[in-house]
Amino acid sequence: MTDLLWLVIALPLVGAFANIFFGRRLGEPLSGWLGLGFVALSWAIAVPATLSLVTGSGHPETMYLFTWIPGVGADIAILWDPLSAVMTMIVTGIGSLIHLYSIGYMHGDERYPRFFAFMNLFIASMMILVLASNYAMMFIGWELVGLSSYLLISFWFTKPSAAAAGKKAFIVNRIGDWGFLVALMIIFASFGTFDFHTIFAAAPTLITVGTATAITLLLFVGATGKSAQIPLYIWLPDAMEGPTPVSALIHAATMVTAGVFMIARSAVLFEMAPVSGAVVAVVGTLTALVAALIAVSQTDIKKVLAYSTISQLGYMVLGVGVGAYTAGVFHLGTHAFFKALLFLGAGSVIHAMANEQDMRKMGGLRKKMPITFVTMGVAWLAISGMFPFSGFWSKDEILAATFNKGGGFLVLYALGLFVALLTAFYMTRLFVMTFMGKPRWDDDAQPKESPFTMTIPLMVLGFFTVTAGFVNTPARLAFEHFLEPSFEGVAHHSGLSTGLVIALAAVALTVATVGIVWGWTKYSKDELPAEDSKFWKRSLAAFGVDEFYGRTIVAPGKKASEWAADTLDPKVLDGTAHALGGGVRNIGDALGKLQTGQVRGYAGGIAIAGVLLIIAFVAIGGGF
Amino acid sequence: MTVTVTWFLLLAAALFSIGVAGVLIRRNALVMFMSIELMLNAVNLTFVAVSHELGLIEGQVAALFVMVVAAAEVTVGLAIIVAVFRTRSTANVDELAEMSG
Repeated sequence: MTDLLWLVIALPLVGAFANIFFGRRLGEPLSGWLGLGFVALSWAIAVPATLSLVTGSGHPETMYLFTWIPGVGADIAILWDPLSAVMTMIVTGIGSLIHLYSIGYMHGDERYPRFFAFMNLFIASMMILVLASNYAMMFIGWELVGLSSYLLISFWFTKPSAAAAGKKAFIVNRIGDWGFLVALMIIFASFGTFDFHTIFAAAPTLITVGTATAITLLLFVGATGKSAQIPLYIWLPDAMEGPTPVSALIHAATMVTAGVFMIARSAVLFEMAPVSGAVVAVVGTLTALVAALIAVSQTDIKKVLAYSTISQLGYMVLGVGVGAYTAGVFHLGTHAFFKALLFLGAGSVIHAMANEQDMRKMGGLRKKMPITFVTMGVAWLAISGMFPFSGFWSKDEILAATFNKGGGFLVLYALGLFVALLTAFYMTRLFVMTFMGKPRWDDDAQPKESPFTMTIPLMVLGFFTVTAGFVNTPARLAFEHFLEPSFEGVAHHSGLSTGLVIALAAVALTVATVGIVWGWTKYSKDELPAEDSKFWKRSLAAFGVDEFYGRTIVAPGKKASEWAADTLDPKVLDGTAHALGGGVRNIGDALGKLQTGQVRGYAGGIAIAGVLLIIAFVAIGGGF
Repeated sequence: MTVTVTWFLLLAAALFSIGVAGVLIRRNALVMFMSIELMLNAVNLTFVAVSHELGLIEGQVAALFVMVVAAAEVTVGLAIIVAVFRTRSTANVDELAEMSG
């Protein structure tokens, strides 16, 4: 079974090229089904391999495919262990559902086949990243993911805002990639290989804590780019310019999970550097807090979800930062389900409202769109952390692990709880403004339930949103045990006592309930409450972070490039080139005068030179 | 009076000098060409004479090579001169001086 795993990468790649070359001929919706087929097939191939790991009949293994760069541990090989199995299931499984959904959602788009080509490429890139057995191969996937996100975010590139958003995502990610790349250089300088097994086995004895700290901090810079953490989270809200399935794919299955996955994969290195772990945890918490504070005021339904993703990613990063790698990956998984569901639900709403995204013009949709209403309701309760939905279990586990660390981490725990309160509040706000109360639609809006290709993924995701949490409850740590082989060599933290676990869960549940009740009472009135306080306006403007970056980084950067274009290039660089060229030309002109075209002149020159040479030969004493 | 190798060398030098003078003084491409042939054969004479004097075969081999090359050169050279004469109606090298820098 595991012999076929290379197909998990290859099939979506084939799908991408098939749609590029034959998509137009296949037309709509056949090219969509083709794209879905390849992703679903790679999911189907991964299922038995995953099951064999779950049942214990299979073992983590590395499948060698071919040598890419010899001698530096950069083979193209697949590392199949519980961690990559979980990621593969999430990426291909949720990816398939999103493909299915897109077949309906992208209906009528003039670049329909191209969309599915890019989506398949995205899945393939993510699979390269996830299944890599070394950092070099991971980096290929990492960069391909950046490329695919650029292509999809700016899919409607005729819209200037979409083109700009794609560019922004790409450039901001490049900054993170810089960190990743430098980390790779240090890794190679220290270990002489990129191979995961060799590195993680040798790390504790080979490198100092200082080196480990440098490597992990730089890796984290890479993670802040892909996983949208402070200070590089700014690309993600703009990424909403892409089609909604793209948002769902980026937020749930691909892209943003890459950073968290990479940290989890490098767990051994992060364990060696407690300072890095603390930095990761603090940045994660602050990201969760700031994003939640922005999310409470957004009126665009997709913007709320975008900031909620950043906030939830903050939780995951906090989780891996405090060493609770399983909890981080667990939240990654549950979040993938409910966030994909939320985005696809939001897409369904936007579709029904004729591309209206402003929640102030929605309301009362529960009767018109029952399936979307129920499934979104499930996702809303899950992300708010309601018992027994999946978000409750995973979020609680991260908070418990943070609490367990004690000391300064208690501050992070408190902030995490506060973010949970805000999350419950703004998600309730979104839910109530969209589905409850009276309609506030524009006059020509005629919302109706979406077609089955769009509602089936909603229902499947809804099912998992409810149930996914039960794979890892404090009473039954199945998921944690399953992942154990991936975190060999990582110290185990002593668990909390049962009483404390229940107490922490009760606290989290109370906080979530308060948030929901607060949001419900505030927004379920007939008139929307006024949102015009000073805080609210600042929050709506996302605290001006974009403008701040514009002033401090973009503007000086523009000045520098203008200087380079107007002064450096024409004067210094062109000047040097022109001077060199002119000098050579002058010499050539002078020498060219020697060529008179008079053959007898040349012959005379040769004769005289010959005579002179003979004289010189004799003079220096060479005899005949 | 015996004929020594010096005589041959002197004759060769004289022939060579006549050839050089011909190339330098005459303007007709065809005559210049013949002068070059004269120089080549002067060298050939040197080769053969010295080869005979020293009892070595290499000089004669070299002379054969020179003849072969000269034959090839004549073919190409004469073709060029004929072609030039046809288009320009002259073989005067002083008038064929367009290739100047």
